[in-house]
Amino acid sequence: MYLDIERKIVLPGEEISLEGMKQGNGIYHDSGKFYSYQMGVLQTYNSYANVIPLSGKYYPVRNDRIIGKVIDIAPSFWIMDIRGPYPGFLHINDTPWKNLDQDLNKILGVGDTVFAKVNEITESRQIWLSLKDAGLRKLEGGHIIMVQPTKVSRIIGKGGSMVNTIKEVTGVKIQLGQNGVVWLDGSAEKVMKVRNILKFIEKEAHTSGLTDRVKKILEENR
Amino acid sequence: MKLINEEGLRIDGRKFNELRPIRIEVGVLNRADGSAYIEWGGNKVLVAVYGPREAFPKHTQNPSRAIVNARYNMAAFSVDERKRPGPDRRAVEISKVIGEALECAVFTEQFPRTSIDVYIEVLQADAGTRIAGITAASVALVDAGIPMKDMVVGCAAGKIDGKVVLDLNKEEDNFGQADLPMAIIPRTQEIVLLQMDGNMTRDELEQAVELSKKAAMYISDLQKEALLAKYKSQEQEKEGERGE
Repeated sequence: MYLDIERKIVLPGEEISLEGMKQGNGIYHDSGKFYSYQMGVLQTYNSYANVIPLSGKYYPVRNDRIIGKVIDIAPSFWIMDIRGPYPGFLHINDTPWKNLDQDLNKILGVGDTVFAKVNEITESRQIWLSLKDAGLRKLEGGHIIMVQPTKVSRIIGKGGSMVNTIKEVTGVKIQLGQNGVVWLDGSAEKVMKVRNILKFIEKEAHTSGLTDRVKKILEENR
Repeated sequence: MKLINEEGLRIDGRKFNELRPIRIEVGVLNRADGSAYIEWGGNKVLVAVYGPREAFPKHTQNPSRAIVNARYNMAAFSVDERKRPGPDRRAVEISKVIGEALECAVFTEQFPRTSIDVYIEVLQADAGTRIAGITAASVALVDAGIPMKDMVVGCAAGKIDGKVVLDLNKEEDNFGQADLPMAIIPRTQEIVLLQMDGNMTRDELEQAVELSKKAAMYISDLQKEALLAKYKSQEQEKEGERGE
C-alpha cells in the first residue's frame, strides 16, 4: 500500500530529504545529497522514497502485460511498437502458434495488435515479448485508445479497484496494457463513456480520492 | 546611437540589471512528448521534445548513451527582413551548442541507442533567441518526463555604451560592444554554454557572468512555476467543480 507523506510534486534537481528512507526510483545522489531527476509525485513505499513521474514514455519491466502493434515482420519474429524507446520483438517460438513453415504474415499482419507480456530484456535493451501465458492473445475487434503510460497504475487503482468498478458498471470489456494502450470492447456508446472516464482519470491522476469520484460519475451517467 | 540615458536607464527604460518580461507556458502541443512556449521580451519561441526514441539514421546511435538532437530554426517571418528558410551556418552552430548544453543535464546513459529530439522554433526574434530557446527547451524536456540533473537556464549579458548590462534587446545587440549568451545549471552553477560576440575586458566578462548567474536563479524559478502551473490549474478547476 502507498503511504503518502503528502502528495508533493517535485521537479528535477529538487533536493529530497530521505529522513531514514531508502533511495528509490526517480532519485539520484550527488555529493551526499539526494535529488529528484524527474517531475513527479514524491511517495514512500516499503521504506523507499520514490518519485512517481507525471509524464514520460513507457519503460518496459519484465512480466509487464502490454499491448503491442505489429510494425514489421522478420523471418521468424514480429517487430512491435510498444510505445517505449525501443521496439519489442515477438518470436514465433514464444507464441501458441506452431506452423513454422507458414508465412508469419498470415498469423499476424502489420497493424494487428496483441496483448503480450515482456518476457526478457537483454543487456543491449532488446525487448522480447511472449504470448505464452494465461490471458495473452491477439486482440480482435474492439477499440484501442491511448493514455499516458505513467497514469496506468492510477487507472488500475489499488488492487484493481478502479478498473473493476468501471468494468462492472459499464459492462465494457477492458484490456489494460502497462504501456498505456487500452483495448475496449462493447457498444460504441459505452466505449465512448469509458474513454471519457479514462481521460478524466489521466488528467486527475495526481490528485487523491479518485476512485470514489469516478464511482460517483459512473453512477450519475449510468 | 545612445543606448543609456543620463539617468542610467536603457532605451526600453530598464536598469542595467533588469530582465525583459518573461512568460513560460508548458504543454502547448498535444502530439509532442513534451512542449513549451516562451515569450521573452520581443522573442517568441516554441519548443517540442520527442523521445527518447530510436536514433535515426542508425549510424548516429551511440551504444552506451542517448544523443540529444537539438534543432534551432528561425521562421521566415521572425525578423524584419524575410529570413531565407532552412538551416544556415548560424542555425547549425546554435543547434550544436544548445544540444550540447542540454546534454549536460540529461541522464543520457539511461537510454542507449536512442535520441532525444528538441525542436526549437523561433517565431519572433528580438535578440537572445538562443537562450530563450534553451530556457524553454529544458522546460519541455521536463514536461516530456526525461530524467535530468536539473533544469538548464539560459541568460545573456553584454556591454553597451561601455557599461555591462543584463539581457540585451535588438538595438542594444546591434549597436552595443559585446553580447555574452550563457546557460547554467542552477544547482551546481555549472556553465554549460558560453559564447561571446564583441569585445570585453577580463573584468567586464566576470561582471557579465555574475549578472547572468544572478538573473538565471530568477528565471529558474519562472521555469518551475510554469511547470507546476500545468498541474495546479487542473487542481483549481477541480476545486471549482466541488464548490458548485
